[in-house]
Amino acid sequence: MTNLTNSLRTQPDERGHFGPFGGRYVAETLMPLILDLEREYRAAQADPAFKAEFDDLLKNYVGRPSPLWFARRLTEHLGGAKIYLKREDLNHTGAHKINNCIGQILLARRMGKQKIIAETGAGQHGVATATVAALFGLPCTIFMGAVDVARQQPNVFRMKLLGAEVVAVESGAKTLKDAMNEALRHWVANVHDTFYIIGTVAGPHPYPELVRDFQSVIGDEAKAQILEAEGRLPDMLIAPVGGGSNAIGLFHPFLDDAEVEIVGVEAAGEGLDKKHAASLAGGRPGILHGNKTYLLQDEDGQITEAHSISAGLDYPGIGPEHSWLHDIGRVRYEPVTDDEALASFQKLTKLEGIIPALESAHAIAAAERIAPTLGKDRIIIVNCSGRGDKDIFTVADALGVRL
Amino acid sequence: MTRFASTFAKSQTALVAFITAGDGDTAANLDALVAGGADVIELGMPFTDPMADGPAIQAANLRSLAKGTTTADIFAMATAFRQRHPDVPLVLMGYANPMTIRGADWFAAKCAKAGVDGVICVDIPSEEDAELGPSLRAAGVDLIRLATPTTDPARLPAVLTGAGGFLYYVSVAGITGLQQAAQASIEEAVTRLKAATDLPVAVGFGVRTPEQAAQIARVADGVVVGSAFIDIIAEHGDAAAPHVEAFTRTLADAIHGAKEIAA
Repeated sequence: MTNLTNSLRTQPDERGHFGPFGGRYVAETLMPLILDLEREYRAAQADPAFKAEFDDLLKNYVGRPSPLWFARRLTEHLGGAKIYLKREDLNHTGAHKINNCIGQILLARRMGKQKIIAETGAGQHGVATATVAALFGLPCTIFMGAVDVARQQPNVFRMKLLGAEVVAVESGAKTLKDAMNEALRHWVANVHDTFYIIGTVAGPHPYPELVRDFQSVIGDEAKAQILEAEGRLPDMLIAPVGGGSNAIGLFHPFLDDAEVEIVGVEAAGEGLDKKHAASLAGGRPGILHGNKTYLLQDEDGQITEAHSISAGLDYPGIGPEHSWLHDIGRVRYEPVTDDEALASFQKLTKLEGIIPALESAHAIAAAERIAPTLGKDRIIIVNCSGRGDKDIFTVADALGVRL
Repeated sequence: MTRFASTFAKSQTALVAFITAGDGDTAANLDALVAGGADVIELGMPFTDPMADGPAIQAANLRSLAKGTTTADIFAMATAFRQRHPDVPLVLMGYANPMTIRGADWFAAKCAKAGVDGVICVDIPSEEDAELGPSLRAAGVDLIRLATPTTDPARLPAVLTGAGGFLYYVSVAGITGLQQAAQASIEEAVTRLKAATDLPVAVGFGVRTPEQAAQIARVADGVVVGSAFIDIIAEHGDAAAPHVEAFTRTLADAIHGAKEIAA
């Protein structure tokens, strides 16, 4: 079935390129380190003990496999295709982020690195990183934009409880992209003993590849689960895309299944003609944070600010593999606005008793748009990438409710 | 003979001075650098996300962009500089995205037309040379490569392939303007690099005082100073030129005389 020469699952090439995207656009100081990381990752891939330890932690610490839930009431409400939710919100720490953090901290240990750093936007990746650092007893520093620190206090407190130091980044716009800049600056100055756990499928090669591989457990499980539940593959996958790690994790194992339509959902914020975070719909290819990919930028290549109600999607770029899948047409990317996501956040909560993350609510909104246009014999899997408890203050604020 | 070659052919060590384009009165500051004795000028192209820079140059980037500095403005500054100073080597330094967004050929042609001698791109390592290097070389503009304390002997030949102008040794594993490297480590590195290349070796990152500069100047072909100039411009704004010139002179005196004292 899968012809290797025609497979869409063999990217990136040996230089880390997904078609024209990806690559290793980093300062010379970091180059030797990311070459080391790549060598160590290849060794880990070939080591059954690494996979065994990863699988054991996912099962017994993260709580995998996450369920594939048939959303009966949502399906009946929409009156079209059957909707299944991949319940990444049920993982330890409440989102898919932990899958990648487990994999990367095992790599850090193999490389003998004694300190962990990470960037975070809303704080979900920061919490997941601080969690695995606590689990392995490694000191951990999380870089977070000062604006995000102010609006995500519960997650800041969680990280501190977990023993992490949280650095409020005052440079630039003081949000996720500035946190990533500052993490890279810290890393450059501490390459000898520090491992940088990047939270999404972006950054210099081999990060987009290894984060994808660690997240592909989502799609591998979903494939087995839908075959068991329905006896066939789904007709469509839908997942939200910021950097795109949950999405690529669900999509990648299905890329060669041509009969499965794949939809990524970008954050359209206040609308594509206003402030938004849709890099594919509103951006152009460029180079930032170590990789070439679609970016929100002006005509001189200056990066412009992203906006989404979902802090996890509030980034002016997207993982390079998504840029490639967009250009070759294998994945279709659709925009969903803040208002649409807010409505779906409430709808899923009321119909299924599941409070989704605002990121995941973007995917639910796309499913609401698409499912009624498909027959009742069709099957959609939506990635419920995280739980929405972290977002209740944002949602209350948007709805004009005082807590 | 290229401007780089004639500059570095002198017996004295060169002062390589960096300022950010569009931060303060750039034309006046460039003239002040030359008047004060700077031998090579690095003009920084501001970028929204200067990942390799410390607080001083980050702030300079933001000040410049807040004033609306465009890529067209920077080439206009370079063109005017070349008319006023026909013999002083001029380098554009910055990040990949502003340099490549209109295509590498476009950028290289603009550099050549403006009289830019070399380009330093922080985030295009030798592995990604195809992004910019071939276009620059075809246009007769040198791509100046960076070597760092983490550049091991196995990597060095790759770093040197396609490199031109001079080799920029980043003396600390870190960002601009903060810590200073130990003199012994600089001497060891410069000796190692000079054994591997005929290119002049300039040393930078963390060099802020004439005393530091003089020490480095004894072993290097050039000493790069950036953040210290940026601090002066931050303090004095559009009236910084006389202060820039005075500081340049103290640095230039210390650097130019260093090898005679050592000998």
